[in-house]
Amino acid sequence: MNAKKIDKLATAIIGFLVGVVVLILVALIGYILVTGLPHVSWHFLTSPSQSFLKGGGIGDQLFNSLYLLVLTLLISFPIALGAGIYLFEYAPQNWVTSTIRVAIEVLSSLPSVVVGLFGFLLFVIEFKLGFSILSGAIALTFFNLPLLTRSVENSLASVPKLQREAGLALGFSRWQTVLGVIFPEALPGILTAIILSAGRIFGEAAALIYTAGQSAPILNFSNWNPLSPTSPLNPMRPAETLAVHIWKINSEGIMPDASAVSAGASAVLILAVLIFNFSARWLGNRIYRKVTASK
Amino acid sequence: MVNVITTHNVRLYYGDKEALHGIDLDFPKQKITALIGPSGSGKSTFLRCLNRMNDLTPGVTITGSFKLDGKDIYSPKTDVVELRKKVGMVFQQPNPFPFSVFENVAFGLRLAGIRDRKLIQERVETSLKQAAVWDEVKDKLNDNALSFSGGQQQRICIARVLAVQPEIILMDEPTSALDPVSAGKIEDLLLDIQDKFTIAIVTHNMQQASRISDRTAFFLDGKLVETGLTKQLFIAPKQESTSDYLNGKFG
Repeated sequence: MNAKKIDKLATAIIGFLVGVVVLILVALIGYILVTGLPHVSWHFLTSPSQSFLKGGGIGDQLFNSLYLLVLTLLISFPIALGAGIYLFEYAPQNWVTSTIRVAIEVLSSLPSVVVGLFGFLLFVIEFKLGFSILSGAIALTFFNLPLLTRSVENSLASVPKLQREAGLALGFSRWQTVLGVIFPEALPGILTAIILSAGRIFGEAAALIYTAGQSAPILNFSNWNPLSPTSPLNPMRPAETLAVHIWKINSEGIMPDASAVSAGASAVLILAVLIFNFSARWLGNRIYRKVTASK
Repeated sequence: MVNVITTHNVRLYYGDKEALHGIDLDFPKQKITALIGPSGSGKSTFLRCLNRMNDLTPGVTITGSFKLDGKDIYSPKTDVVELRKKVGMVFQQPNPFPFSVFENVAFGLRLAGIRDRKLIQERVETSLKQAAVWDEVKDKLNDNALSFSGGQQQRICIARVLAVQPEIILMDEPTSALDPVSAGKIEDLLLDIQDKFTIAIVTHNMQQASRISDRTAFFLDGKLVETGLTKQLFIAPKQESTSDYLNGKFG
C-alpha cells in the first residue's frame, strides 16, 4: 500500500471512531431527554418531592444541586487557582513540588465513595458539621481540587514563556505579570476546567450520600435568612441533590410514579449541566474578548 | 564619553560549565552598541545579564562587576523590578501581550502608577510615533496587537518599551524574525531615537551592525575578542579572528 492509500484508510478509521463516540453520546442524551422531558413541567420543577404519593417534584433538589455547585466552586476554585499558580509560576521544580504533584494525582484517582466516607467521618462526625450542604461542599472540594489544580496549571503552562519574559523585562513584578498578562491569556483554559469540574460536581452522588445527606427538608423560598433551618441559603441543613435523588428513587423509591420522576429528574440534570456549560462559556468569552480586544 | 553601563570581568556559569570567560564591555550614553558574533558565542547571554533575565534560568551563576550609572546591578539591595524599568528589552520574536495595541503600550504606564488618562494617551501616541508604527495603527488602537504583521508587532513591542522611558534598551536580534523591509524600518527608527536612549543590540547581521551602530563588540566562544568604533572595527580589525568572521571565513 502506498502512503496515499494508508492516509485515506487512517482518515476513514479515525472518522469511524469519532462517529462511534458521537453516536453513543447522541443516543444517550437523546434517550434521557426523550424519556424524561414529557414529565418535566413547571409544577415538576418547582414543587417539593413526595415520598409516598405521586405528583412530587424536584424543586428543592434542583435548588440544592445548584447551591452546592456554587458553594463548592466558591471553596475549591480559589484554592485550585492559588495552588496552580504557585506550582507553575513560583515553586522551584524540586522533590517537594513533584511530591505535591504525585499527591494531587493520587487524590484525583480516589473513588468518590471513599471521599464521601472520609468526609462523613471527618466533617459530619468529627467536626460535627452534620449532614449538611457545607459537609458536602467540602467533600466535593476534596474530590474536585486535584483536577481543577492540574487544569489551572496546564492552562498557565500553555501561555508562551516569552510572555512572562516580556512582562518581567518591562519591569513588572512577578505577581503583576501573572495577574495582568498570564492570567487573562490562560482564562479560556481555566474556564474549561471550571466547566468540566462543574459537570462532575453536578452529577456526583456517591460522595454526597454520606455528607450532604439523603433528606430534603421542605424549604421556604421566602425565607432568605441563612441561619434559619428552612431557609434555602442555610449551609448547615441537610440537602439531597438531584443526582442523589435519582439514585434514591431508583434504589428505594416507593412513590407510584417513581420511574417518571427519575426520568424527568435525569433530563433536568442533563439540561442543567448543558445550560451551565453554555452560559459559562459565553460569559468567559465575553470577559476574554473584553480583556484581549479580540473579535 | 559617559558610560551608562560598565561591566568588568563578567563570568557566567551554567552549573560548573563556564560560558562567559571574563568580559569587560561598556555602553556609552546615547550610542548604539552592536554585539556581533556567531551563534553560541555568548552575546545574547551577556545581554541578558544586563537586566538580570538570566536570574530566571535555574543553575546560572554570574560573577564580575556590573554597574548602571555607577550602581551595582547585582547588589542584594538592587530592586530587580526598578532595574528592569531602567533597562528595557526587545526580544527576537515579537511578543506583544494579547491585548489591544493601546493597552499593550499603556499597561506598563498604569502599572508604573500613572493614573492621568490624558498623560497615558499622550505617552502611548508619542511612543508609537517614536517606534514608527503610529501611522499604521492609529485607526486600530483598539484592535488586538496580535492581529498585526510580525514587523508591526515588533514595533509595537518597541513602543511598549519606549513608553516606560528606560535609560537603556537591550535588543536581542530584534529583526532576525522579520522581512528586510520591516527590518529596515526598525533600523531607521533606532537611528531616530538614539539621541534619547542608549541602545545595545545583538545581531547576526553584520551589515546591520555597520549601518546603525556607533560601537561594535565581537564575541567568540564566550570571549569578547575585540571592541571599538564600528568603522574602525569593520575597516581595520585588530584581531585575526575578527577579520576572519567579518570576511565570512567561518560561521
